[in-house]
Amino acid sequence: MKVVIMGCGRVGARLATLLDKEGHQVTALDNDTYSFRRLPPDFGGTALLGNGLDEEALKRAGIEQADAFVAVTQGDNRNIMAAQIAKHIFKVPKVLCRIYDPLRRDLYSLLGLEAISPTTVFAQMLKEKLKS
Amino acid sequence: MYIIVVGGGRVGYYLTKALLSEGHEVLMIEKNATVSKTIADELGSVCLHGDGCEAATLDGAGTARADMLIAVTGDDEDNLVACQVAKHKFNVPRTIARVRNPQHEAIFKKLGIDVTVSSTNIILEHIEHEVPSHPLMHLLTISDKGLEVVEIKIPAGSASVGKTIKELSLPPESILSLIIRKERKPIVPTSNTILKAEDQVVAVTPPESEDALRAALIGR
Repeated sequence: MKVVIMGCGRVGARLATLLDKEGHQVTALDNDTYSFRRLPPDFGGTALLGNGLDEEALKRAGIEQADAFVAVTQGDNRNIMAAQIAKHIFKVPKVLCRIYDPLRRDLYSLLGLEAISPTTVFAQMLKEKLKS
Repeated sequence: MYIIVVGGGRVGYYLTKALLSEGHEVLMIEKNATVSKTIADELGSVCLHGDGCEAATLDGAGTARADMLIAVTGDDEDNLVACQVAKHKFNVPRTIARVRNPQHEAIFKKLGIDVTVSSTNIILEHIEHEVPSHPLMHLLTISDKGLEVVEIKIPAGSASVGKTIKELSLPPESILSLIIRKERKPIVPTSNTILKAEDQVVAVTPPESEDALRAALIGR
């Protein structure tokens, strides 16, 4: 599977590493090369400098051939916009994005984005841990 | 009309002022507390401190009864989300977004924003008009058709001078619609019209063919 990951923070870099180890073709896109320090030395994928809201950068990252696109930058709105570009402009078959704000996540889920709110998921997890 | 303005930068500030003086009911939403307070001190209680992309803030602003929401922050993604939340959660009939990156205009349209205004393109067009030697000027954008009307001045020494239009390798989607010749009335070109130096050519073209059109007309 060919995957483009936008945002090479802790989550993005870790996801890129896991998928790369499983033999997938991974491109990590970030607008700061310093972020790529999080990728392991034996990372077999591509680390690409570029703005994920820029169509040219996305094309260079190979979004036109990608099977999946994941938006995990720090900004909810950046993730939302990039995910919509991937889904509606480039017709990537599988698009996932992170939206910290639970209310915004709910709205965009209704609008057809596959979005995950770590806030909701993690709070729920903590609650269950406390109860057990 | 009840209008919500998201973003209290320079554009938001002057826009709010202008809309207020036209007699509209205006509420500005600004994320930065200090900026928000300065504006409230100056313009009165027209500024709400909060994130205009958040449904809770928009709810508190009474967005459900707004006739229009105009997002003019400096970040395209924030303007997009503010407009989408207004449209889809609060059914605001008309949303207008400022766009910094000209490429994003088409995307915003596709994602349901009613009107986009590209500040970058507007500034570029105005500067082009003030640079007399600039060979290609944007006259008009027909955004819903993805076309633009441009004017190209043929400089002496271009390879196209003395050639008929059918001899030029024009991009197929671009159409030369008018030629304004020095001290003569405008002519509608045919395939046999011969181009002369100093001709002003008005053409209709999709933006992506602009470079090819320019090369065909003014290449040496």
